[in-house]
Amino acid sequence: MSVLTENTATPGKPLAQRINWVKLAPWLYTIGLFLAWELLVIVLQTPPTILPAPSRVFQAIVQYWSPIWKNSLQTLYTTTVGFAIAVVAGLAIGLFIGWSKAIYAGLYPLMIGFNAIPKVALVPILVIWFGIGAVPAILTAFLISFFPIVVNVATGLATIEPETEDVLRALGAKKLDIMLKVGIPRSMPYFFGSLKVAITLAFVGSVVSETVASNYGLGNMMSSAQSQFNVPLVFAGLLMLAVEGIAMYALMAWIEMRMTGWAHRSTMSQ
Amino acid sequence: MTHLVSIDNVDMRYGGAAGTLAVSGLTMKVGKGEFAAVVGPSGCGKSTLMKLVTGLHIPQSGVVVVAEKQVTKPVSIVGMAFQNPTMLPWRTTLDNILLPLEIVERHRHRLRANKKEYVEKAEHLLETVGLKGFGSKFPWQLSGGMQQRANLCRALIHEPELLMLDEPFGALDAFTREELWCVIRDLHAAQGVTIILVTHDLREATFLADRIFVMSARPGKVLKEHAVPFARPRDLEVMYEKAFNDMVHELHGEIASARVVA
Ligand SMILES: Nc1ncnc2c1ncn2[C@@H]1O[C@H](COP(=O)(O)OP(=O)(O)OP(=O)(O)O)[C@@H](O)[C@H]1O
Ligand SMILES: [Mg+2]
Repeated sequence: MSVLTENTATPGKPLAQRINWVKLAPWLYTIGLFLAWELLVIVLQTPPTILPAPSRVFQAIVQYWSPIWKNSLQTLYTTTVGFAIAVVAGLAIGLFIGWSKAIYAGLYPLMIGFNAIPKVALVPILVIWFGIGAVPAILTAFLISFFPIVVNVATGLATIEPETEDVLRALGAKKLDIMLKVGIPRSMPYFFGSLKVAITLAFVGSVVSETVASNYGLGNMMSSAQSQFNVPLVFAGLLMLAVEGIAMYALMAWIEMRMTGWAHRSTMSQ
Repeated sequence: MTHLVSIDNVDMRYGGAAGTLAVSGLTMKVGKGEFAAVVGPSGCGKSTLMKLVTGLHIPQSGVVVVAEKQVTKPVSIVGMAFQNPTMLPWRTTLDNILLPLEIVERHRHRLRANKKEYVEKAEHLLETVGLKGFGSKFPWQLSGGMQQRANLCRALIHEPELLMLDEPFGALDAFTREELWCVIRDLHAAQGVTIILVTHDLREATFLADRIFVMSARPGKVLKEHAVPFARPRDLEVMYEKAFNDMVHELHGEIASARVVA
């Protein structure tokens, strides 16, 4: 950002030097990607049923805007609800696991085992229990995204510096005091950092579940578009997912910055 | 003189019966208001000694008595400072210093109602160590030496009867170190607090302490006890006197031979 301020102060310079290229870069690269894609399609003359050009995809977005919008909102809804449950449960379970070395040692292998199960495999079970629709999508989003939150919170708690703990214990601090004064504040950067990973995983969960077991959502829209060979609409769905994913990721990154600014300016070890 | 700290024939082993024997047959007594320094080869159990006195570790045999009570759990009349300042980065320096008050039983219920009084006290301490006006800064905005000063304030805020310092000046440059020696010296003179200082710096020990304990290599025990004869208040100039250097030299020889025995 200093590039911008430095150069705007000297208005005599040519335009190219007054632009902040670093801030512009993401947009330029995105446009570049679409241009390259468009060119590739023109040169190879791929039919739209294999790889539609971006212009064709945008056309599909305009053409099918009403269902795309409705299904995007549905996916956003299932994802955020699942993610919200994951945040609450993940924080609670993480605090519980990080509380003592014994609990940590006992539950950690279980958690690893649970995380190794592909969550897609759970969707049929969820459908048996709850029927098709929003509930399995929410639950899949929850199941897939709560693990990184748990691990990060528990790690933040379990890695308190022994010296800090000694200083407080020598003053007569109870376990609860140490957790409240040191453990929890200390694990917050890990927690907020994990939200970025968790939200992207939540999208994976909800879309997978919608694809196989729902009548709504982008996952469902894309799978029915696919069965009708409406490939531009499939790509339109992907594009919407990417947009939602980036937006939620940015939101989480912003929350992280706001809540734990201190962790970015200091080393955790002090 | 009554003893504030008395350690009697203490054995401390880490990690169960087959573990490391850190100290063995350790005996030492520190009087109320006294300034004691502990020196010895690296790994001889000096930090272990600190943890025994504060009740962070309970010895397998022998007794540790602090303020006429046998130590069976952490004693809350101590303030501690380590080489690593362990300031919490999400709290301002002032809030870091106030942290012990949120823990110690005697203060934690009064803190909210008497916040102003405590803040004034913390600011006074900051001024004493030469950090006036830095309370609102975060620890990571301070230099290492400044953090170490704040660390001292934190160890002192709850008016401990016993101050335990484990190589607190190890990472500082010579000039800052001498400055902080004077701060500690003046605190000791003004408040009558009992201090136990672990250090590798023999000049530091000789300059500050009334009594120096030399420990053997692991398993640590006290090899020799020196009374430091120099009159108080001591000026930094005392370090250039012959008697001072002779004493440092003697300590140096004792630790060197303790290392060889190991
Ligand atoms: N938590 C622990 N678990 C097992 N062994 C330990 C532990 N802490 C210390 N020890 C062992 O006990 C011995 C004494 O350690 P201590 O930290 O008291 O030494 P020290 O005199 O403070 O050393 P230094 O001067 O290097 O700080 C060492 O041999 C060390 O390996
Ligand atoms: Mg040590």
